[in-house]
Amino acid sequence: MKARIKVTLKNGVLDPQGKAIEGALGSLGFSGVASVRQGKLFEVELAETDPAKARAALEEMSKKLLANTVIENYAVELDEK
Amino acid sequence: MIPNDVRITPELIAEHGLKPDEYQRILDLIGREPTLTELGIFSAMWNEHCSYKSSKKWLRTLPTTGPRVICGPGENAGVVDIGDGQAIIFKMESHNHPSYIEPHEGAATGVGGILRDVFTMGARPIAALNALRFGEPDHPRTRHIVSGVVAGVGGYGNSFGVPTIGGEVNFDPSYNGNCLVNAFAAGLADADKIFYSEAKGVGLPIVYLGSKTGRDGIHGATMASAEFGENSEEKRPTVQIGDPFSEKLLLEACLELMASGAVIAIQDMGAAGLTCSAVEMGAKGDLGVELDLDKVPCREDGMTAYEMMLSESQERMLMVLDPAKEKEAEAIFVKWGLDFAVIGKTTDDLRFLIKQHGQVMADLPIKELGDQAPEYDRPWIAAEKPKPLDPADVPAPNDIGDVLTRMLALPDMCSRRWVWEQYDHLIQGNTAIGPGGDAAVIRVENGPKGLAFTLDVTPRYCAADPREGGRQAVAECWRNLTAVGAEPLAITDNLNFGNPEKPDIMGQFVGCIEGIGDACRALDFPVVSGNVSLYNETNGKGILPTPAIGAVGLLDNFEQRVTVAFKAAGEAIVLIGETKGHLGQSIYLRDIAGKTNDRSAPPPVDLAVERRNGDFVRTEIRAGRTTAVHDISDGGILVALAEMAMAGGLGASVKPDAVLPLHAWAFGEDQARYLVTMPEKEAEAFIARAGKAGVPATRLGTTGGNELTLNGGVPISLTGIKAAHESWLPAYMAAGAEL
Amino acid sequence: MKSAVVVFPGSNRERDMLRALETITGTRPAAVWHADRDLPDTDLVVLCGGFSYGDYLRTGAIAARGNIMPAIAKAADRGVRVLGVCNGFQILCEAGLLPGVLMRNAGLKFVCKHVDLEVANADTDFTRKYEAGQVWRCPVAHGDGNYFTDPETLKRLEGEGRVGLRYAHGTNPNGSLNDIAGILNERGNVFGLMPHPENMIEPLNGSTDGRALFESVLEAVA
Repeated sequence: MKARIKVTLKNGVLDPQGKAIEGALGSLGFSGVASVRQGKLFEVELAETDPAKARAALEEMSKKLLANTVIENYAVELDEK
Repeated sequence: MIPNDVRITPELIAEHGLKPDEYQRILDLIGREPTLTELGIFSAMWNEHCSYKSSKKWLRTLPTTGPRVICGPGENAGVVDIGDGQAIIFKMESHNHPSYIEPHEGAATGVGGILRDVFTMGARPIAALNALRFGEPDHPRTRHIVSGVVAGVGGYGNSFGVPTIGGEVNFDPSYNGNCLVNAFAAGLADADKIFYSEAKGVGLPIVYLGSKTGRDGIHGATMASAEFGENSEEKRPTVQIGDPFSEKLLLEACLELMASGAVIAIQDMGAAGLTCSAVEMGAKGDLGVELDLDKVPCREDGMTAYEMMLSESQERMLMVLDPAKEKEAEAIFVKWGLDFAVIGKTTDDLRFLIKQHGQVMADLPIKELGDQAPEYDRPWIAAEKPKPLDPADVPAPNDIGDVLTRMLALPDMCSRRWVWEQYDHLIQGNTAIGPGGDAAVIRVENGPKGLAFTLDVTPRYCAADPREGGRQAVAECWRNLTAVGAEPLAITDNLNFGNPEKPDIMGQFVGCIEGIGDACRALDFPVVSGNVSLYNETNGKGILPTPAIGAVGLLDNFEQRVTVAFKAAGEAIVLIGETKGHLGQSIYLRDIAGKTNDRSAPPPVDLAVERRNGDFVRTEIRAGRTTAVHDISDGGILVALAEMAMAGGLGASVKPDAVLPLHAWAFGEDQARYLVTMPEKEAEAFIARAGKAGVPATRLGTTGGNELTLNGGVPISLTGIKAAHESWLPAYMAAGAEL
Repeated sequence: MKSAVVVFPGSNRERDMLRALETITGTRPAAVWHADRDLPDTDLVVLCGGFSYGDYLRTGAIAARGNIMPAIAKAADRGVRVLGVCNGFQILCEAGLLPGVLMRNAGLKFVCKHVDLEVANADTDFTRKYEAGQVWRCPVAHGDGNYFTDPETLKRLEGEGRVGLRYAHGTNPNGSLNDIAGILNERGNVFGLMPHPENMIEPLNGSTDGRALFESVLEAVA
């Protein structure tokens, strides 16, 4: 079973990298970019076949390692095909 | 007969960078058509980068021995005795082409490669420096390359944990399409525990250690020997990615392994990875090598023999281990979490035998792969000897203070703080003189010895007069080491030139080598390692000839070191050396008078005078009779004086020469000169001692105040010049803020 | 005083730290490998600088979940002094032994230079040999030293005197909240800081002002 975990900075946490990217987009001529926030994407392959169990495991992984919940949010997406 | 399912066509041969006569040589050597894997192996071994086929003839003319030289060129790095059973191991190497294509990773892997060269020989790296040359600041790609290269150099060295303590940064239009990244590293080892690449013993296991092999940098070494064209962007996939974390583990594992006595021979996988390292180990030891590629740890599925043999994945080592200690070695690999595998063995048949899936993919004579590489005596034309410039022909400035301020803010003259503050120059806790002075000094762990390091070359001098430029590069290194109180030991050379198939470029190369040889012999300063980077051209235009020299010096006690900064007010400033006001090829002429294409002669280098003046200055420093010393180079006396003042936060009042035009005195770049300070009461005796030694010494003035004053004229504020000096580079980089 | 320096894959200032501790305490510190599960008997545990696990994922994140960490947390519970320098500070935050997080420097670049540190609280086990308000020079060398935490925690840190060191005189090199250079845990026995006092202990370093930090611990455990 395949899954994706998106880790993004919480609102209100300064993201200097996102700001720099925003500036770079502007200087490349992309107008109208209101804001950019940089995050991380993890692609995970699981042996687990039960979606509920898989989701629970992924939540644990996110909390324990993949995201630092002081500054980051995470979202688990399960590929249930 | 080895199965070969790919027909070797003339196009394929050309794609491998082999000339028709070189291919004929292969056919004659093996008596049959090569397999694709074999063709790849030959192309890797016989390209310019690995075989030095255009340069070998000239490199042989350089002095490479001396009483302190333990190992000269030919190994991963040079080894020099520093007494007390210790040795310094060092080398400089280019990573120019990869850095132009992908600045961050190109520079990072350049640093990684040179660090590996040093620790492969058993040394713990203690210093890294780098000579960086970029296109003109206004060129659209320059800022992007500067930012990427500096971040790449820093990112690798900082994480690996070696202090990056100096180097050079220059800008010139000739590097617009071909930046230069020359990385230097030095490491410390016990003189009786140096490790070499020569394999010894038949039937011993060949062990692969480090990161897994991927498709990175396939044909990187061939790329490094090809000129760039408009489509060089397409070469991006061949650039390797560096992993300083793995390299740090590799360092610790290798040093632990070496201490265990398990290592018989070791070689890092650099350019053309597995091929060059395995051939070198076998050929040096008069042994054959048999490899089973099914055993090689791979990162990707379905890699072919061709790909594995040419992969330039980073952070990998090959070694021959003592079978009796295999278990012990295995425990060390496991502890550091590194991939390892026994991938082959040494044999007695002098063949380089490569197997995969039970089939022979290559079967070549191992000695001939290296020994029989083509060697060329390329035709060359010596450049016409340039004529000296009369200072009277160079326009004088109206306001000398204004010119000094502008000079200190030039791209080639401004402070490099923006660069070196991105480098951890303090790690290991032994930095005695950090970046920004004449030479950097590192205390040898636990003291009291110190080692001094510098990188120098003045490409515009080399372009105007290659031989004089070659001498000057070596002499300036020698002078910079002397100026901190060190005894110059030996050098490494990193020779960056254009296309050697052009006689005028080859003439530059020959001239520079002759000049380097002159200086090395006159100064007892042997070449112990080096690297040649040719074909640095874009669309047929070569770079300025840039034979970068890296040099190492020794202090018996690091406490003897002296820095450029003025130390106290009221001290005497003395000029050592003769000032003739030589403005030919000077920064003043090029950047202030605007004569960018001037053909005049660079300052001549009198090596006997260089030695006499330097030996005197060093003796005085070591006797503790100087408080600050600075060599005079780019920009002349006034720039050197300003640098000493800015570093010390103290001004000076000086009296220029009464006869020479002021600008020639202030900005002339005559060689073999130093500025020295000492307490006022000791000045007379100092000058008398100089006189006795036959060394010209002139009382120039006195330190003090917050300004530089010439002959009581309009004072030049230190605050003003410092602001100009410090702000150009950060402002330039900020103007194009990008990632 | 007995001390122990924890070494992770990618640690690179362990030699600097071992030398500083030996010079100042007169006793050779133990080097503890990250894969171990037990600490030797010690008065001070030090997590040193470096790029543990290559700074991959987040600085300190992987090391913070290493085998040795539960033993360090337990020792901290018992009152053993724990010092985290640079990457060590990042690890302590990731491990939850200190609040907050070290984010990418505001300037987005690695920065190595000397800064001025102001002793914000001289009444701690790690700063008692300094004067309150004393300013001393110390090197920093990091790419992620930008201290961040939620306003609530920040208020508590400030209110409880748990900011031990601050960047002084506008020398904040990384955009850290309230110019924070080093903080303590609630109990006051765990201290994390970004600067490198271990590189400021002998005349060669330009000053010996970093010694007082280690001497403070020495006095505290005596």
